[in-house]
Amino acid sequence: MSIDVLLQQIVNGLVVGSVYALVALGYTMVYGILQLINFAHGEVVMIGALTALVLAKWLLGAGVPPMIALLLAILIAMAVCAAVGVLVERIAYRPLRNAPRLAPLITAIGVSIFLQQIAILVFGRNYFSFPELISKTPIEIGHITINMNEIVILITSVALMAGLLWLVHNTKIGTAMRATAENQKVAGLMGIDINKIIAITFAIGSALGAIAGVMVASNYGQAHYYMGFMLGLKAFTAAVMGGIGNLWGAMVGGLILGLVENVGLIFVRGDYKDIFAFVVLVAVLIFRPQGLIGERVAERA
Amino acid sequence: MTTLVADNKKKLIAMLLLGVALLLLPIFAGFLGQAWVRILNITLLYVMLALGLNVVVGVAGLLDLGYVAFYAVGAYTWAMLASSHFNMHLPFWVLLPLGAFLAALAGLMLGAPVLKLRGDYLAIVTLGFGEIVRILMNNFDKVGLPWSDATYNITNGPRGITGIDGISFFGFNVSKGLEIFGLQLSGLQLYYYVFLVFTIISVIGVWRLQHSRLGRAWQALREDEIAAKAMGINTRNIKLAAFAFGALTGGLSGGLFAAMQGFVSPESFGLLESVMILAMVVLGGMGHIPGVILGAVLLAAMPEVIRYVADENMQHKVFGTVLIAPEVLRNLIFSLAMILIMLFKPAGLWPSPEKK
Repeated sequence: MSIDVLLQQIVNGLVVGSVYALVALGYTMVYGILQLINFAHGEVVMIGALTALVLAKWLLGAGVPPMIALLLAILIAMAVCAAVGVLVERIAYRPLRNAPRLAPLITAIGVSIFLQQIAILVFGRNYFSFPELISKTPIEIGHITINMNEIVILITSVALMAGLLWLVHNTKIGTAMRATAENQKVAGLMGIDINKIIAITFAIGSALGAIAGVMVASNYGQAHYYMGFMLGLKAFTAAVMGGIGNLWGAMVGGLILGLVENVGLIFVRGDYKDIFAFVVLVAVLIFRPQGLIGERVAERA
Repeated sequence: MTTLVADNKKKLIAMLLLGVALLLLPIFAGFLGQAWVRILNITLLYVMLALGLNVVVGVAGLLDLGYVAFYAVGAYTWAMLASSHFNMHLPFWVLLPLGAFLAALAGLMLGAPVLKLRGDYLAIVTLGFGEIVRILMNNFDKVGLPWSDATYNITNGPRGITGIDGISFFGFNVSKGLEIFGLQLSGLQLYYYVFLVFTIISVIGVWRLQHSRLGRAWQALREDEIAAKAMGINTRNIKLAAFAFGALTGGLSGGLFAAMQGFVSPESFGLLESVMILAMVVLGGMGHIPGVILGAVLLAAMPEVIRYVADENMQHKVFGTVLIAPEVLRNLIFSLAMILIMLFKPAGLWPSPEKK
């Protein structure tokens, strides 16, 4: 194995991993506050990708320059996803906040199937090809090839993650989010509108998911109604591997999962790529049951 | 005292009526078409699966999202050892216990490394386990050894295994059907009775298990692991026992599935199946056997019933045209029903009457 192959796979892994990380953030933010696996998040990502795709094509057709079309499409997709996320929380999760733990998990699964069917109704079952809005001509750096699209994905996700960390740690909303995650009742007593904070959390997570969806669709050049499933599964795996409920954990977990999958391709056949991810997950959890950088949560006594 | 006797009498009559209804069901379904008999059979398999998962999730409180893997182990054990794939044709009384045993072994293999994990971490690892098993089934049609170029075909990959033997005993093949007292019973109808026997055995088994010393230990584990440990319960062993017993039931129904279907492929064992079985347990009422059975019957039968109600004819009558593809409409109604039931009955449709 040459070092070039390894470097190339590391670059590919970072690109995929940063997308996983963005989606994983959506899972982990919701989990941190509600201790709920938001099974529908993958579908929100899919809706973001398809909405942006249809809009971008329409705008391009209307003669709007590619960059502006892309930006507009992403912004609208973010708004749509944020709305979907908030609506799902309001209808399917909020009434069950004090219900047995598995009840919201089942509604989440129901919502996931429901959103997929809605996507089929709105967009159809076809595979859509995503227009090449940012150049995908390979750029050679040493022996490694990368394209502009991938560079934009890397930079954007780093910027978004930095922005989210800033928001959570340096603003009033972020403080309220952390307080709500720590203890909902006490946060409520301190004058925080918990319902509003949870809605905001869903909105931010879903908007990030929309961007991630566009990234995946542009990277692979296609989008379809079923794309959210595997992506969501991987991202959730990443979130758990890093330590669910922890923002840094989701980012590190996402990047590591992307790296492991792509570097692993050097050693194992592509068919086994998905196994590799899960085997690493199990290995990590055996030695660190709380995830890579998750905190040891005190168990109830 | 007299009321108690009367109560028991009522119960007995109700049980008898239920028994007669269960015995006659496939015959009436047969008049409607063999497709309905197949739905009945699949429903029974789901009841068994839901009962098995109920031991793990409902009684012991261990969230398992990869349960279908054990179903797959049972089905593939049967498929590989009773078909022309390896040219082996073992009898059912070897295969069913073997499949159940291998599934239980798989349960222990899954259980051992995840003993320390808490709720949702456990969920994702079991989910991963299920996916690993599915991917292996998909790719074990060309297993190579590092020291040679030869590859071996173990599972026949995505094409699946066909031509699987049915159940037969004393030279009598269940798949062939039977004629008694002028009544023609098809193979599917006979499988119904076979499945019914196994379902009743499972119900009794799970019931006895749940009300045994081990069952009470599981409930203690579910309510509070630390307190259970403090009471001297060996949480490690009973967790492994929960995985093994749950898997056993899954493996058993897997073998029966392969025998009836005559064909298995990895497609039948995806994550969605695990999720559906979990939904049956939760929707029906976790840890409560009648509730779990209700959940399984409802979720297994609902899509089929909706298929007949929400077909193109109906849309033609109501809207004058086909607005929504029947398949999509079916899934829409199904998912909405799932959400609504949970919203209005968060503890399940028929929860355990025990106070929490």
